[in-house]
Amino acid sequence: MMPSLSIPLVKSTPFNPEIALKSLRGQADWVGLRYVNEKTHSRSVRNGRPEDNSVVFDHGAMVEVLIDGHFGYAGTSDLSSTGLQKALDRAKMLAKAGSQHKVTHFDLSTRPASVGHYRTPYFQGLDSTSLSELTDLLIMASEKLKASEKIVTALAHLRFIETTLHFVSSNGANTLQEFLFLTNNFQATAQEGSESQTRTLNGGVARCLQMGLEAFDRDQALKDCENVAKQALELLAAPNCPTDQLDLLLAPDQMLLQIHESIGHHLELDRILGDERNYAGWSFVQPQDFGTLKYGSSLMNVTFDPSVPGEFASYAFDDCGNPAQREFLIEKGLLKKGLGSLESQFRSQIPGVANFRSSSWNRAPIDRMANINLEPGNSKLADMISQTERGIYMESNVSWSIDDYRNKFQFGCEYARLIENGQLTKVVKNPNYRGVTVPFWNSLKAVGSADEVEIFGSPWCGKGEPSQAIRVGHSAPPCLFEKVEVFGGGK
Amino acid sequence: MSMIPQMEKNFSTLSESLFSELKAGEELNLNFNAEDSVFVRFNQSQVRQNTSVDQKVLTLQFQSDQRKIRFECSLSGDLETDRQLGLELLQRAREEARVLPADPFVVPMENRGESHKHHPGRLLGPEEAINSLIQSARGSDFVGLYASGPIVRATANSKGQKHWFSTESFFVDYSLFTTNADQENKAVKGTYADSHWDQNLFSQKLQDSQNQLSLMKRKSLSLKPGSYRTYFASGAVGAICDMLSWNALSLSALKKGNCAFAKLYDKEKTLSPLFHLKENFSTGLSPQFNSLGEMAPEELTLIEKGELKNMLVSSRAEKEYGVKANGSDFSSWGFEYLRAPEILGGELEESKALEALGTGLYLSQLHYLNWSDISHARMTGMTRYACFWVEKGEIVGPIKDLRFDDTLYQIFGGELEALTREQHIDPVVDTYFSRSLGGKKVPGALVRQFAFTL
Repeated sequence: MMPSLSIPLVKSTPFNPEIALKSLRGQADWVGLRYVNEKTHSRSVRNGRPEDNSVVFDHGAMVEVLIDGHFGYAGTSDLSSTGLQKALDRAKMLAKAGSQHKVTHFDLSTRPASVGHYRTPYFQGLDSTSLSELTDLLIMASEKLKASEKIVTALAHLRFIETTLHFVSSNGANTLQEFLFLTNNFQATAQEGSESQTRTLNGGVARCLQMGLEAFDRDQALKDCENVAKQALELLAAPNCPTDQLDLLLAPDQMLLQIHESIGHHLELDRILGDERNYAGWSFVQPQDFGTLKYGSSLMNVTFDPSVPGEFASYAFDDCGNPAQREFLIEKGLLKKGLGSLESQFRSQIPGVANFRSSSWNRAPIDRMANINLEPGNSKLADMISQTERGIYMESNVSWSIDDYRNKFQFGCEYARLIENGQLTKVVKNPNYRGVTVPFWNSLKAVGSADEVEIFGSPWCGKGEPSQAIRVGHSAPPCLFEKVEVFGGGK
Repeated sequence: MSMIPQMEKNFSTLSESLFSELKAGEELNLNFNAEDSVFVRFNQSQVRQNTSVDQKVLTLQFQSDQRKIRFECSLSGDLETDRQLGLELLQRAREEARVLPADPFVVPMENRGESHKHHPGRLLGPEEAINSLIQSARGSDFVGLYASGPIVRATANSKGQKHWFSTESFFVDYSLFTTNADQENKAVKGTYADSHWDQNLFSQKLQDSQNQLSLMKRKSLSLKPGSYRTYFASGAVGAICDMLSWNALSLSALKKGNCAFAKLYDKEKTLSPLFHLKENFSTGLSPQFNSLGEMAPEELTLIEKGELKNMLVSSRAEKEYGVKANGSDFSSWGFEYLRAPEILGGELEESKALEALGTGLYLSQLHYLNWSDISHARMTGMTRYACFWVEKGEIVGPIKDLRFDDTLYQIFGGELEALTREQHIDPVVDTYFSRSLGGKKVPGALVRQFAFTL
């Protein structure tokens, strides 16, 4: 029988967090248990040959306790009753040790007793396709990408992630969430001498969805691969992006990065409270800026929206059981709300959202982005192009950097075309642009319409001490910014 | 009592049990990564979060008939439970091998020998650590992470090869914050990492940081974009050195068309004769064996007098490209990376660095580096922490942070004027997924011109 993509581990002992929680012995003001079981399937083909066939089976539990106003955490991959009891004892010891010097005296208002079940809506699970069918598809995609001898890398990569997240607590929380994530990357790198250019479908890690296999359109993907190869060759022969001040039109697959790096991280309340100052940095946003700071032009509307079907970081509850719902962070350019969990709201008294999230069972939750979306406007891509006299259209992120207060950024894209007198003209390579966050968003002069919104994301948003890489989603239409400093590569 | 001896015994028993199940023509490589860590996160000299993590991970690389399948799983620590899981994965790997096409670059496993290293430590308990850090940091705005506990890296294959590396170690990675006369936030960075806690040494490091912080209270200077004579302290050189692990010296990256030093390889560009880079495992900070149990040489010259002598070559890359492997390993991004880098020192005495700089910028740390054009080894990033404007060898004051965008062919090439005689070990403090091992050994660097853009 052909093995399907699904890999049930039949001999593994099933784990029931509710029973496990009840079996724990010891005094604490509150106890929580967060169980994570995750399978990450990675399948890739390079230049027509198998490159990677791997699966990570990760499971474990984080035992959390509240003692004297301080939470202690202990994660373990030993799910036996002995292992969990040991974790509880450690969490208690840490809570007691930390409570003498705690930053805040928390209470149980930060741990709501939510009950509910969320499941990724999908039609085709991993059992609907065999491994050999998938491998054949990846080989075909790789062949389409290798359209020329100049293409030295033709990579087709699919990743599926199945996650079960079950949180139970002594005050009655019981939230079970089951996710299916799908990411893919199709890449062609063209090379001539020591010059090379890489083109991917929407950027190396952008194609992230929370869906079943029905989200993957085989025929469209193969057609898209042909275009990726064509554009890689086009870039190899293209001149560098000019150094100039031009109107900048960003495609949704670059808007994802622009939102992430120059809106999302700034608004995390734990950053604003200083927790992150030794690692990712602080934020120029101050507590008094909520309700007063004109972050962008009046066309700028940004939401935290964990309810978008198919978007990568949709969920019903965060990791402390707070029910998640859509909230405006920025409305008509005005900063309204922070990305702060119940703990950060408790500390700062600033309104926030349900974003207390951890990367897995082995990390404590912190304030994270989830789906942060730029809401559509009324412009059309074609009109934005036709109304631009001197501009540039950029697609697909390749480079990103911003300072530790999130002001001065520089981002690079894979592919760009100049806009001259209302027309898309020549292709240019190594397109980069730089700016400062608030002036940049205030230069937003047109936002694409709802039918031009595209959904992307990233599996690797890094933050925290100890560090955590987490999944985020970002959707946006194309957006036009006035007079931005752009430049190319070389030197 | 250390859990390491029991983990070693369990890994050995589990390995033998799984190897005994293999059929003719099948090969299996196992990696065992484990840690029993305590993390304490501080903000404003108080405890924000503290976490204990006990995790054990087994990676199985199964090979049969030119097919390769890799599975990774969390282990419980109970031998029979873990053995059942391993057997189930072995069976699944066999099924996958039957339907996957052949992979011509599978490297047959070999027995290249055994090694065993354990670095014992004297670590503080969590309560002692919290009290000690808070007491030492009293009166300052201290923020950062303390991480402590044993770490294990081990590998064994079905041909009989075995390597074990374990260490009991800790680090404190911290920042001290203050405000200057204009009420701007200013900070300095510090790291203390070792296997034996020394309270006096930590207090001295904190005092050094406090002394540097006092310089940050001066009024900030706002510099215009442009090129400046610049001294990179070892922390800033370390950040640039990290970029060399990101597709600069990987043979696979070169062949896949995504290598920062492609033009150095093709001799279109050159680096300074002052610049030497090697892999040097003699510091003992990280295991010399890679994930397939292949031993890297204790030292491997990569760049000598500015000339590229060796690329990092994995055994899989040797099979594909015919260049002899040198014990290199792939990162999770699929390219060979530096595991024990050392940039050799030069002639400049560190104590005379400001004098040699004269007028220009002193940069202690850099932030968020990325390639802005990888094929030209051009990178961008920000200044961070203690960065100063210097005139006639004297610090004038801290600067407002600047963005740079320049190439390695300038910094370590034509614009490199001197490297300090002294080198510093910059320990790895990465904690994504698990605590990392290793560190780099780098000097300070004086550069005639360095380009700032924003």
